Amino acid sequence: MKTLTLAFRSLRNRRTTALLTLAAIAVSVALLLGVQKTRTAAREGFANTVSGVDLIVGARSGQLNLLLYSVFRVGDATANVSWETYQKVAGRSDVAWTIPLSLGDSHRGFRVLGTNLDYFRHYRFAGGRDLTFETGKPFSDLYDAVLGAEVAQQLGYRLGDPIVIAHGLGKVSFANHEDKPFRIVGILARTGTPVDRTVHVSLEALTAIHLDWQSGMRALPGARVDAETARTMALTPTSITAFMVGMENRVMTFGLQRAVNEYRQEALLAIIPGVALTQLWNLVGIADTALMIIAAFVVLAGLLGMLTAILTSLNERRREMAILRSVGAQPRHVFTLLITEAGLLATGGVAAGVALCYGLIAAARPLLERRFGIFLEPGGLTGYDMALLGAIILAALLMGALPAWRAYRNTLSDGLTLRV
Amino acid sequence: MNRPTRPDADPAAADPAAPDPSGAQGAAIDVRDLLFAYPRKPPLLDVPSMVVARGERVFLRGPSGSGKSTLLGLIGGVLVPQRGSVRLLGTDLATLSPSARDRFRGEHLGFIFQMFNLIPYLGVLENVILPAQFSPARAARVAGGDLAAEGRRLLGALGLGSADLLSRPVTELSIGQQQRVAAARALLGRPEVLVADEPTSALDHDARGQFLQLLMDECRAQGTTLLFVSHDTSLGGLFDRVLSLADLNRAIDAGVAA
Ligand SMILES: Nc1ncnc2c1ncn2[C@@H]1O[C@H](COP(=O)(O)OP(=O)(O)O)[C@@H](O)[C@H]1O
Ligand SMILES: [Mg+2]
Repeated sequence: MKTLTLAFRSLRNRRTTALLTLAAIAVSVALLLGVQKTRTAAREGFANTVSGVDLIVGARSGQLNLLLYSVFRVGDATANVSWETYQKVAGRSDVAWTIPLSLGDSHRGFRVLGTNLDYFRHYRFAGGRDLTFETGKPFSDLYDAVLGAEVAQQLGYRLGDPIVIAHGLGKVSFANHEDKPFRIVGILARTGTPVDRTVHVSLEALTAIHLDWQSGMRALPGARVDAETARTMALTPTSITAFMVGMENRVMTFGLQRAVNEYRQEALLAIIPGVALTQLWNLVGIADTALMIIAAFVVLAGLLGMLTAILTSLNERRREMAILRSVGAQPRHVFTLLITEAGLLATGGVAAGVALCYGLIAAARPLLERRFGIFLEPGGLTGYDMALLGAIILAALLMGALPAWRAYRNTLSDGLTLRV
Repeated sequence: MNRPTRPDADPAAADPAAPDPSGAQGAAIDVRDLLFAYPRKPPLLDVPSMVVARGERVFLRGPSGSGKSTLLGLIGGVLVPQRGSVRLLGTDLATLSPSARDRFRGEHLGFIFQMFNLIPYLGVLENVILPAQFSPARAARVAGGDLAAEGRRLLGALGLGSADLLSRPVTELSIGQQQRVAAARALLGRPEVLVADEPTSALDHDARGQFLQLLMDECRAQGTTLLFVSHDTSLGGLFDRVLSLADLNRAIDAGVAA
C-alpha cells in the first residue's frame, strides 16, 4: 500500500468532512475560474466590438467619448462633422472606404443609427467577421429599417412590421415621427456587440423625418411635409455625427490621423479604435482585477477550511499514527501521508471546481447571451488557467505542511503510547 | 559481565559480526544501566539489567503507572534513554539514526497494544499485511512472497479463518477478534521479537485464555521471542519466566509499589 492509497483510504473513512472540504475548495475554484473566464470573455468582447476600422473621426472631444458614442452607442456627441468635411476625407486617395454614422434618435430605448450601405459592406467585429442577415436584406427604400438581433428579439419584431422612430433618446418619447413610419426589411444575425441593440436606417431617411424639425422645434401641423412629398426633396444631410475610415494601406493611418486632428476649418478628432479600446479596458479592468482579488481570497478561505479540517482530524488520528509507527513507519511517512492528503483534497477540489465552472457556464450561457449580450466562450483551460490551478494545489501542499509537521512532531513525542 | 557500559564504545554495536557473550548474535533484548525520565519529571526507570534470551517467552508484570509501557517504548526505540543502552538482537539502538531505528523496529519487532490496534479504514487482511508495506525485509521473509496467503494463514492459526470475517470492516469485529488480528499483524514476516503491551486487559476471562494460548502456540511455531506485559499476575504461569518491574527498577519514584 503506497502512501497515496493510505491517504485516500483515510480520507474515504472521513468522507463527510473530506467531501465538505472538497466542496468548499471546488466552489471557490469555480468562482475564481469563472471570474477569470468572464474577464477574458469581457476583454475579448471589448476588443471584438469593432475591428478592421482604422480610424474613427468625430467632432473634437475626448478620445473615450468619441469611442463610446460611435461604437458603444453610449453618451452623446457634443458637435457634428459637416458633410463637406466628410466628403473631403472620404475622397482622399489613401482612404479605401468610410462608414458615416448619424445618431440622435431612438426607438423604444434602442438607438437609431443613420448610415449607408457601406456599413453592411465594411463593418467588421470579432476579429474580422462580417455583418450577416438573419433574415431580410439591407435597406433600399427610403423608409426601410434594419434591426439588430437584440432589438428584434426583445420587441418581437418580424420582417414587414412597421416601426415609428422617436425624436431624441428618451425611452418614453412624446415626440414621435409617427407621420413617417418605417418598415422592417432586414434583421441582422447576433454579433454580441452594440450592433445588436441598434436600429439602422439610411442617412436620407433621417433627413426626411427631420424636415419638419428646424432648430429643435417641430413645424406646426399644417406646415408639415408628408412622407411621400419628402421623397421628392433633397435629402443629403448637412452633417453627420461621426464616421469610420478604412485605409488603403494601414501604414498611412497615422498620416491621416494627424491631418484630421490638425484640420483648420473644423475642430475634429480622429482616434484609432484599438488604442482607444485598450484605454477603455484599462479603466474597466480595475473593477475586474478587484473581482479577481476577491475570488483569490475566497480560494484562500477554501484552503484554510481544508487546513482546519486536517488539523482538527490530527488529534483523533494520533492513534492511527502510533499504529503506523509501530509497524515501522518513519516520521517522514507520516509527513508524506498528511501532505498527500492535502494534495488529494486540493486536486479533487480543483478538478470538481473546474467541472462546476464549466457546468455553470454551460447552464448560464443562454441567459447571458440573451439578457446581457455577453458571449461566454469558455474554451479549454488556457496556460494561464493551468498555472492558476497549479498555484492553488501548490498553495494547498504548502499549507498541508503545517498539519504534516504537527503530526510529525506528535509521532515523535507520542511514540507508541496510544492515548484513549 | 565485563562488557563496557557506555553504548557508543561497545565494539559489538559497531560490528554486528563480532562475537557476543550472551548468544549467537546477542540476546533478543539486552537492557543495561538504563535511566529514563520524562521531561521535567523525576526518573521513572532505573534498570541496571534486563535480558531476554532469543526464543524466550517472558512475562513482565507491574502495576498500572509503574512504567511498563515506557520500558517497551525504550525497547522499541521510540523513546531514547538518558543513560545506558538498549540492545536488540545485538544492535545498540542508540547507534542508529531515528529513521534507521524506525526501520529496525519495523523489521525486527512486532507490537500488540492494549486496544484499538487496527487502522479503522483498512480491511482485516490489509491491517495484517501493513508491516510489509513499511518493511521490505519483513515482506521478503514471507514464504513464497504471497502476503495475502500468509496473512490468511496467520489469521487462521489465530482462529479467524472464516471468509465472512475477512470481509468485515475491522470496526465491526469484537475486541477479542481485533486483538487477534493485531497479533497476526505483529507476527507477519516473522519478526524476531514480539512485544505485547497488556493485549488481554480488554478481554473477558474466556477470550483472554484463548487469545493467550493461540499467541503462545504461534510464537512457539515461529520461534518468536515474546515479551508480554500485564498487570494481571494470574497469567504468569504460561510463560518461561516472570519478571517484576519493581524488582528490575531501582527508581524510587516508580509508581505504586508492587
Ligand atoms: N508521554 C509522557 N509524558 C510524560 N509522562 C508520561 C508519558 N507517558 C507516561 N507518562 C507517565 O509515566 C508513568 C508511567 O506510565 P506508563 O509507562 O504508561 O505505565 P504503565 O504502562 O505501567 O501503566 C505514568 O505516571 C505516566 O503518567
Ligand atoms: Mg501501560
